[in-house]
Amino acid sequence: MIEVPTPEQPAAAGSQGSQQAPAVYVAGLRKSYGDVTALNGVELAVAPGEFFTLLGPSGSGKTTLLRLIAGFERPDAGTIELTGADVTGTPPYARDVNTVFQDYALFPHMTVAENIEYGLRVKRVPKQQRKQQVARALDMVRLPGLGARKPSQLSGGQRQRVALARAIVNRPQVLLLDEPLGALDLKLRQEMQLELLRVQREVGITFIYVTHDQEEALTMSDRIAVMSNGGIEQIATPVEVYEHPRTPFVAGFIGVSNLIERDGDQITVRPEKITLLTEHDQAPADTHVEGGQVTDVIYVGVLTRYVVALDAGGELVVSRQNAGHSGATVTRGNQVRVAWRAAQAFTIPR
Amino acid sequence: MESTGLRVALRIWVALVLLFLFVPIAAIILYAFNKSTIESWPIGGFTGHWFSVAWHDSQVREALWLSVRVGLFATGLALVLGSMVAYALHQFRFYGRDGISLLLVLPIALPGIITGIALNSFFSFTGIQFGTLTVVAGHATFCIVVVFNNLIARLRRVPGSLAEASMDLGARGWQTLRFVTIPLAATALVSGALLAFALSFDEVIVTVFTAGAQNTLPLWIFGAIRLGQQLPEVNVVVTIVIALTLIPVILAARIAGSGAVTR
Ligand SMILES: Nc1ncnc2c1ncn2[C@@H]1O[C@H](COP(=O)(O)OP(=O)(O)OP(=O)(O)O)[C@@H](O)[C@H]1O
Ligand SMILES: [Mg+2]
Repeated sequence: MIEVPTPEQPAAAGSQGSQQAPAVYVAGLRKSYGDVTALNGVELAVAPGEFFTLLGPSGSGKTTLLRLIAGFERPDAGTIELTGADVTGTPPYARDVNTVFQDYALFPHMTVAENIEYGLRVKRVPKQQRKQQVARALDMVRLPGLGARKPSQLSGGQRQRVALARAIVNRPQVLLLDEPLGALDLKLRQEMQLELLRVQREVGITFIYVTHDQEEALTMSDRIAVMSNGGIEQIATPVEVYEHPRTPFVAGFIGVSNLIERDGDQITVRPEKITLLTEHDQAPADTHVEGGQVTDVIYVGVLTRYVVALDAGGELVVSRQNAGHSGATVTRGNQVRVAWRAAQAFTIPR
Repeated sequence: MESTGLRVALRIWVALVLLFLFVPIAAIILYAFNKSTIESWPIGGFTGHWFSVAWHDSQVREALWLSVRVGLFATGLALVLGSMVAYALHQFRFYGRDGISLLLVLPIALPGIITGIALNSFFSFTGIQFGTLTVVAGHATFCIVVVFNNLIARLRRVPGSLAEASMDLGARGWQTLRFVTIPLAATALVSGALLAFALSFDEVIVTVFTAGAQNTLPLWIFGAIRLGQQLPEVNVVVTIVIALTLIPVILAARIAGSGAVTR
């Protein structure tokens, strides 16, 4: 046997020419459970190698979409394509897609190595080759030497890594991750976020990542699809989603809501783009200024958030860095003015 | 904290309950070694003589052999049918699924006498010869339930995402069954089989109604006691039955305990 260090997928993907089909393309996807509509006509295209995130509140249909792409369930309507090939009716074992489950779903009766080896074993990869690839996968997730353990003998973070290794060892075209860090505590979570990004760059696999944590989505993704009620509200880069939310829902779900109504239009301004002025402060040039009263002051370490009830109606959150700014101390009940540049305010399309 | 008095009282109480349960059993085992043929206290000295008598008694041998055969066949049948039904009911959703589940478990809730009479009239009506096969069929009715119950309880405890993960990693249905489902259910299957065998081995009522001229071990014991003869031999045989029944039950409990699905 000739030893090929990496399986053929990356080469094949590269040889497809410049007009690459999307790694994943779904259109008109619908799925109902009884009278609950879980997905209501979803369309999206994920580019090869992209880190694509599905972000949305609980029940918005993220898991359902992932399960349809993986093939665990059939859509009521719509099509699913992987690199241009229609797989709508293809069973999961015949799709070049792997999943990292939220509960990890490691096989409890197998060792870590056997778990990772599983995909290669059912595809009848020769034993020698399997051993090498398992060892390499264990190295990649930084768990060398733990192959002989049982999953029950691992910590949560280690299980997470094993689940990741078990999926990427197959070199799928697309990796689906359903809140893979949901069960971890904050510190481990942040560590694993970096780890995931590193692994994704190393293997170059397309990631579709589900989370309901907006910060996680913003820091990790190439693009984000914001979902609500079984539909997609917006698909854009993190910066775009944050600074130019396309719907009130997106504005409210990403970051602090800060939605006010002026002249019949819904306007949103991010808290850090608003300047807080006390009576003696001069308003910066070319800004829109409004008066209001501070109803709450929330100290959060690096910054302080002020909730300002505006005289013209509505409420805005203003955040100010605590880096020794010159401004006077503002406390609850103070009369203040807030100012922002017109370019920073965003009118939400109706 | 409870008082010392209460503690002592509780201990005595537990001891009494255990005595109540186990003194008769101990007495039988003791009398199996009795030198005298009369069951008096204290026993008239120890002997292994009755074991030898029982061993050479062809009736006992035949009864024992029949019981073992029936137990093995009934268990085998139950393993095949019970596990297939459990897997099907667990795996597939269809109309009437819960009803079938209930129907399957019903035989164990019904008094044995009803099962016995029902089978008896069925076999008589259809003209099937009473014999080993009819006894096996009778025992299988409750053996299936034991295997089914054990297995389905285990299958329900195995997270559904494991089978999905297996398929996701490229395994076909049969590969998933072989590499994931069966290994995870193996201990439940073994403990179900052991329990089924133990139940079959000491079953009397259903056997009475389904046996032909042959005697299973419990039937032979029953007959011997009624006739009031061969009592020392009965004690020996019962001692052996106790041993044979207890071993699988203890094994089954052990396996069921240690084989729990952990994550
Ligand atoms: N198997 C099912 N049977 C019935 N309803 C379901 C099923 N799976 C999902 N649903 C419903 O479909 C909707 C979408 O569920 P889904 O699991 O996709 O949400 P999600 O975005 O993943 O939420 P979460 O963040 O809580 O995981 C919900 O209303 C849910 O109750
Ligand atoms: Mg979900």
